[in-house]
Amino acid sequence: MNLGEKILAVHSGKRKVSAGDFVDVRVDMVLANDITAPLAIQEFAKLGVNKVFDPARVVLVPDHFCPNKDILAAEQAKMMREFARRQGVRYYEVGRMGIEHVLLPEQGLVLPGEVVVGADSHTCTYGALGAFATGMGSTDIAVAMATGEIWMKVPPAIKFVYHGRLKKWVGGKDLILFTIGQIGVEGANYSSMEFAGEAVDMLGMDGRFTMANMAIEAGGKTGLFAVDARTLEYVKPRAQRPYRVYKSDKNAAYARILEWDVSKLEPQVALPHLPSNVRPVSEVKNVEVDQVVIGSCTNGRLDDLRVAAALLKGKQVSPRVRCIVIPGSQQVYMQAMKEGLLETFVQAGAVVSTPTCGPCLGGHMGILAAGERCCSTTNRNFVGRMGSTKSEVFLAGPAVAAATAVVGRIASPVEVAR
Amino acid sequence: MKLKGTVHKYGNHINTDVIIPARYLSLSEGSDLARHCMEDIDAEFVKRVKPGDIIVAAVNFGCGSSREHAPLAIKASGISCVIAESFARIFFRNGINIGLPLLESAEAVKGTKSGDVLEVELETGEIKNLTTGETYHAAPYPPFLLDIISAGGLIEYTKRRLEKKK
Repeated sequence: MNLGEKILAVHSGKRKVSAGDFVDVRVDMVLANDITAPLAIQEFAKLGVNKVFDPARVVLVPDHFCPNKDILAAEQAKMMREFARRQGVRYYEVGRMGIEHVLLPEQGLVLPGEVVVGADSHTCTYGALGAFATGMGSTDIAVAMATGEIWMKVPPAIKFVYHGRLKKWVGGKDLILFTIGQIGVEGANYSSMEFAGEAVDMLGMDGRFTMANMAIEAGGKTGLFAVDARTLEYVKPRAQRPYRVYKSDKNAAYARILEWDVSKLEPQVALPHLPSNVRPVSEVKNVEVDQVVIGSCTNGRLDDLRVAAALLKGKQVSPRVRCIVIPGSQQVYMQAMKEGLLETFVQAGAVVSTPTCGPCLGGHMGILAAGERCCSTTNRNFVGRMGSTKSEVFLAGPAVAAATAVVGRIASPVEVAR
Repeated sequence: MKLKGTVHKYGNHINTDVIIPARYLSLSEGSDLARHCMEDIDAEFVKRVKPGDIIVAAVNFGCGSSREHAPLAIKASGISCVIAESFARIFFRNGINIGLPLLESAEAVKGTKSGDVLEVELETGEIKNLTTGETYHAAPYPPFLLDIISAGGLIEYTKRRLEKKK
């Protein structure tokens, strides 16, 4: 069995499962946020169940439209907060929270070998820890909160092997954008993606979170990494309950295996309006931008901010650009402050925000007007994603985003680095 | 169960951001969401759509976010079912869970255009194009999914299971 099959077999009480099987899966953690929890709470009430299956295994995070952007958003956040108090489930208030997919791993709430379901498509982020994590809708999450179980169809697995060492300024975002560019936004639909090879072995955890995060952008059900010494180093001081590490068998079945030499890979950029519309940065010429966003569940972690700060240090954001930096959690914010990264951003003329999903989905904190362009480290560039249907979003990693902020047009970090 | 309605046809990768833009995600009533359904890709849709109408689209319909607001908006706008070559997986689950029928049929997508009238038999997956006289077939649902669909969605299905356990 491959890694995904092993985790699903254990969680459905079966010795063996294979692609296509329908199974009832026991879940280790259930997640919702301020825009998906309200619907889930409504559906939960219809089930005739009074209490969630285990308050320690349900977590609610106000991150999308919080701090509350308007009255309706405030009402939704309030509904979720009151449900959390009534049920005694985990809840992270503004000032102690983070973007859910930055926060949960950081707090040790998702662990290797676990099954995690969340009412947010980027729940697949936790695959970086070797957890089978996948996004679902609010009704699924209502059922998971009530019963601790959910149905799944065991997905076929696609293995992606990245050979060689990455060049400077090239990271997890570039690898995953490159991959989506190669296979398309439906290239891994219904499948689990397994990432392997020298280049990802050498990636830090933050780069792996970025890659797993965007599995959904290829249609993937989850994006899995094998657990190694780096994973354990991350997990051990955080874990508050026991966990088990599973490995793919040597003869595991894969629907496809794709291999690339990435030693010469350039930073990548996804042009509007699909994450698969990917080019090397050197081919993206004369694209002036009005805004740069550095943050999100994809690239709002410490390593991302370090890369951006290294390029912005001693420089100024172009007069034509609004540069918005959003640390992914209070912990990331605090550490970035200690390391002087926040000072670097502010001195360069960028704004530093409290953790929020905000602009990524066109919620608040950086909405685009008609005709405006943004270079963003977020995960989607669909029509209207960040505001006006006549605006454009270019997706990139933190290095390209920071270089672009300085130059005022889509730029390679090599142009800006001393 | 027979469904009959006029086709609204779209292309590839119709994502949840255009089905229901995030600026409306502070709403959770179907009727409120329906007023903005497909707004960012087809502003006229809400004026044109009539109860029973059918959305036909190409590959990867519903890709993007997990927002259940997307199938809810479509269902509440009066659409009786969505036919596509393929669906993104979260959208597919959400549709089944809330009782919005979704059918996969490449030949139906190829054979229909906006304005055609289709008659769909959900049990058999037979799709008749009353405008052209053609008949298409959709892939049948696996038995497990049929159980959820015939219960009327995941909530009712789960309620019945929980009652049995008692």
